[in-house]
Amino acid sequence: MNKSRRSFLKVAGLSAFALSSGVAALSSTAQAAATMPGSSYKMGAAALKAKRWAMVIDTRAFKGPEDYQPLIDACHKAHNVPTIKGSNQNIKWFWLDKFDHAFPDDINAYQAAGIKERMFPLLCNHCTNPPCVRVCPTQATYQMHDGIVAMDYHRCIGCRFCMAGCPYGARSFNFMDPRKHLPKEMPNPTFPTRMIGVVEKCTFCAERLAVGQMPACVEAAGGRILFGDLDDPNSDVRHALAENYSIRRKPNLGTQPGVYYLI
Amino acid sequence: MYNAKAVIVGAVIFAVLFSSPFWLNFGKDDYKRPDVVLPKNEKECVEPVEYMRAEHMALLNQWRDQALRNEKRVYVSSTGKEWTISLQNTCLKCHNDYANFCEKCHIANSVYPYCWTCHITPEGKK
Ligand code: SF4
Ligand code: SF4
Ligand code: SF4
Repeated sequence: MNKSRRSFLKVAGLSAFALSSGVAALSSTAQAAATMPGSSYKMGAAALKAKRWAMVIDTRAFKGPEDYQPLIDACHKAHNVPTIKGSNQNIKWFWLDKFDHAFPDDINAYQAAGIKERMFPLLCNHCTNPPCVRVCPTQATYQMHDGIVAMDYHRCIGCRFCMAGCPYGARSFNFMDPRKHLPKEMPNPTFPTRMIGVVEKCTFCAERLAVGQMPACVEAAGGRILFGDLDDPNSDVRHALAENYSIRRKPNLGTQPGVYYLI
Repeated sequence: MYNAKAVIVGAVIFAVLFSSPFWLNFGKDDYKRPDVVLPKNEKECVEPVEYMRAEHMALLNQWRDQALRNEKRVYVSSTGKEWTISLQNTCLKCHNDYANFCEKCHIANSVYPYCWTCHITPEGKK
């Protein structure tokens, strides 16, 4: 290599390093200044805690789709989820579908009519190995220490990789301003809405757990849905799983769903 | 210099255009701090007013990350007082006059944050 070219590259490299480290140092001091000395963060005293939140739905205790309606209403009301009727752009956090669609690994032409025709409640599975988290380029979707797969809508750029990644159709995209489809009086004025261009889904009611409340759908189910710590052998969910036959959606994908169905 | 005339004229035009905002605003009124309407029933914000004025956006970012990612939804202020982390339910409970508090200052400073496309202001849906 030409001598002058070599020295030019050396100087250029050194200056790039000096500049970028200087900028990094500056920005980190700026960040430090933004934190008030002496302040800190903690969980609320009433917060419900678990190592791995999970849900067990006793589908045998629901007679038909109308039995699930109060649960859907409770969820969608608590989270200002709009209903966009007759459109494939509807937003769903908690919805119903047939066995063949919900559990396509187990398609059986001679399935008992009671199973075949029954509607099953579906929501985000809060997978142990969530593909949506792996594909999200902005970390707008992430997994928390208690197993909840949560979203920070502030960061979502609407690329919809997560929708392609999720094998359960648990995510909805806001093709339009969701407020257009919500009543003027917000169903829940203490919870935000979302905006056009972001993806949304069930949160396992992290905001309710934080203040000591069970998820809205669990509360509305009156004991037919259990919610608890999968890591605790004495929890309700573990007892229910130990005593009943349960299935999960698409188990062969290895995502390890956290929502179990008693059938 | 080759083509000196054109170059110098060009350089002068560029200098004038580049500094035009400065000349256009020369002698105009100084920036006046907008008269925001402070909450009536509450005297104490989560942190001292100088800090809130300069850093509230940084604090809100930290609140967001702590609440949404670490599930730490309680802020212990520098004075030891505890606050529930929520723009909509804590900040806006006291600062309930959006048009005369948030918006007034944001407009005066030409910043247009889009908090309210999702967070609901006390006035409700806009
Ligand atoms: S169900 Fe879909 S959205 Fe929910 S955690 Fe699993 S992959 Fe992600
Ligand atoms: S749409 Fe949003 S949440 Fe989904 S992958 Fe893209 S940035 Fe992440
Ligand atoms: S856990 Fe909460 S967010 Fe998820 S479906 Fe139930 S009510 Fe809706």
